Amino acid sequence: MKLRVRLFAAAREAASADQIEIDLPCGATVADVPAALAAEAPTLAPFVERSLLAVNSEYAAPQSLLREDDEVALIPPVSGG
Amino acid sequence: MIKLTEQAIDVPQLLAPMRRPNSGAVVLFLGVTRRFTAQRETVRLSYEAYQDMAMAQLGRLEAEARERWRLCECVIVHRLGEVPPGEDSVAIAVSSPHRAAAFEAGQWLIDTLKQSIPIWKQEHWADGDSEWIHPSVETQTKSDVD
Repeated sequence: MKLRVRLFAAAREAASADQIEIDLPCGATVADVPAALAAEAPTLAPFVERSLLAVNSEYAAPQSLLREDDEVALIPPVSGG
Repeated sequence: MIKLTEQAIDVPQLLAPMRRPNSGAVVLFLGVTRRFTAQRETVRLSYEAYQDMAMAQLGRLEAEARERWRLCECVIVHRLGEVPPGEDSVAIAVSSPHRAAAFEAGQWLIDTLKQSIPIWKQEHWADGDSEWIHPSVETQTKSDVD
């Protein structure tokens, strides 16, 4: 299944894109996203190691199952305030 | 009340509804763009948010604060886009019958916001460099003039 992963801040600039499409097998979980992202955009490798992932606006646990229409986002360490 | 805005934060307007007969204490926190960090000069900060998620998570933060402390009002406003030195990037105001709850809730809200809400700041330095602030990730970006 194809999934779009939204990118922000330095990760967005490193990838020169605000979203990246990845292709994962059915039954894939959130834990499968980092490697797929780094393979699709190698410049994201330093970020995927230290970022969290969100699915549909919630921080997602690695074992969470993904579905085709989920909105996935790479959340590098935050710095609001 | 939760708000993300590209406009300057209107603090008097935000405080007006906080003063009510049953609110004995109002605590206000403002995060302000600081011009100097370790002698390096900042010309502006710019803030970017994952807006849908930030709104959802800020709403949860307000709800959790209201569960933990007896609050009358709770307002969280974060500015996005460019914020020059001396202007507010974030405002948190809480009111409660007694001051202890307002101080504790205000402190918890800003600390938790800084740890978990998907908002990022970029420092624009006077020497032309800019840098996304991602605690613990190496993010030095190319100078604007490169």
